[in-house]
Amino acid sequence: MKTSELKFQGLECVQLTDNEITGGYTSDLLSDVMAHLTEGDALITIQAHKNTVAVASLTGASAVIFCHGRNVSLDVIETAAKEKIALFVSSGSQYETTVALANALDR
Amino acid sequence: MSPALQPTEEMSLRIQELAGNLKIRDVMTRKVFAVTRHCTMRDVQTIMKNNAISGVPVVDDRHVIGLISVHDIMNAYEQEWMADAVADHMTTGVRTLAEEQPLSIAMSAFSKFPYRRFPVVNRNNELTGMVTLRNINMALIQELSRQLDAMETEGGRISPATSSETFIFYRVYRIARYDFEAGGKASAELREQLQARGISPKIIRRAAVACYELEINIIAHSFGGTLTLYVDKDRVRITANDFGPGIPDIEEAMTEGFSTATDWIRSQGFGAGMGLPNTKRLSDEFAIQSGIDMGTMVKAIIHLNPQEKQPDENE
Repeated sequence: MKTSELKFQGLECVQLTDNEITGGYTSDLLSDVMAHLTEGDALITIQAHKNTVAVASLTGASAVIFCHGRNVSLDVIETAAKEKIALFVSSGSQYETTVALANALDR
Repeated sequence: MSPALQPTEEMSLRIQELAGNLKIRDVMTRKVFAVTRHCTMRDVQTIMKNNAISGVPVVDDRHVIGLISVHDIMNAYEQEWMADAVADHMTTGVRTLAEEQPLSIAMSAFSKFPYRRFPVVNRNNELTGMVTLRNINMALIQELSRQLDAMETEGGRISPATSSETFIFYRVYRIARYDFEAGGKASAELREQLQARGISPKIIRRAAVACYELEINIIAHSFGGTLTLYVDKDRVRITANDFGPGIPDIEEAMTEGFSTATDWIRSQGFGAGMGLPNTKRLSDEFAIQSGIDMGTMVKAIIHLNPQEKQPDENE
């Protein structure tokens, strides 16, 4: 599924780069993300800062979804644009967002 | 004079290298306040107070016969010995260092003995200076900065290739404590370098992640340090050096889940206790050395040759 096609309730896109989302990985520990995220996954996390984008970029994530409606600062958005990673904010929790992404990918 | 000391094995190789060219004479304080055996404990206390020092050697014709520390003064105060001559209450059998000895000898003396200062003597066994850990730290930092300046001038240049297949990328990055914003600079450049050379994405990821973990380690856990990248046609070598505080138990630090991170570091998404174990798993060769109050050196090597066996990163 293309990042541009990703839609579910409470999801808002803040930076669109059209990548292919092939799966998802949910974690707030960046070392854990680096060890386990598979290329093409969307990263679901509450860590809304630049390091998260750096880690997403290193691991080849297609998108980052920040949960609980976190505010995303401009420098985070700019870094994501530079690294060609799509950014979303979800109003739901990590669990709710993970379920919503899984359902969206299932369709 | 003290018996011959050998540099401790745990001492970081990098630090030993730095200290290598320096002698105790080069770092010691030359302006020394010493007293004779007839001075009183109160005299010493006045000297300490007026000059902000914490140890005063007692000499007899320039030969060190004892030392008065702040502890001795406190004790004298308690016992009402302040009017007594220092000879009655000084610490005797003081270890001295020779000014001609290499700095590494002084460093191992500090890690072997509980003393915070050593009197330094010349060939005639006469007092010529004092050396403290502060002297050593200042000298090492100066020497390191000097070497870094030299390396930064050379760094990043592609050296003339000996054959068309050979490429070399070499760069040194200075990394400051708690500067999470700057984290990822080295790994991003490493990734670019490897991508430009058509290295397989799987190997690039291993090298870049190992590099990122080591960058974050310096930022989150050290007083600051350097990260050096060296890439040739066969491998990537990442070396992380920091200025301390050192790791008391390396085995513990290498255990997944063990972390000394503060809540603030955790709020940045780090401190899961996976950095070093991750780096080791991603590397084909891995080495770590650490000395308390001296620093930590980590070396990670990733082979670029796809024929060789690679560790599975999801193991």
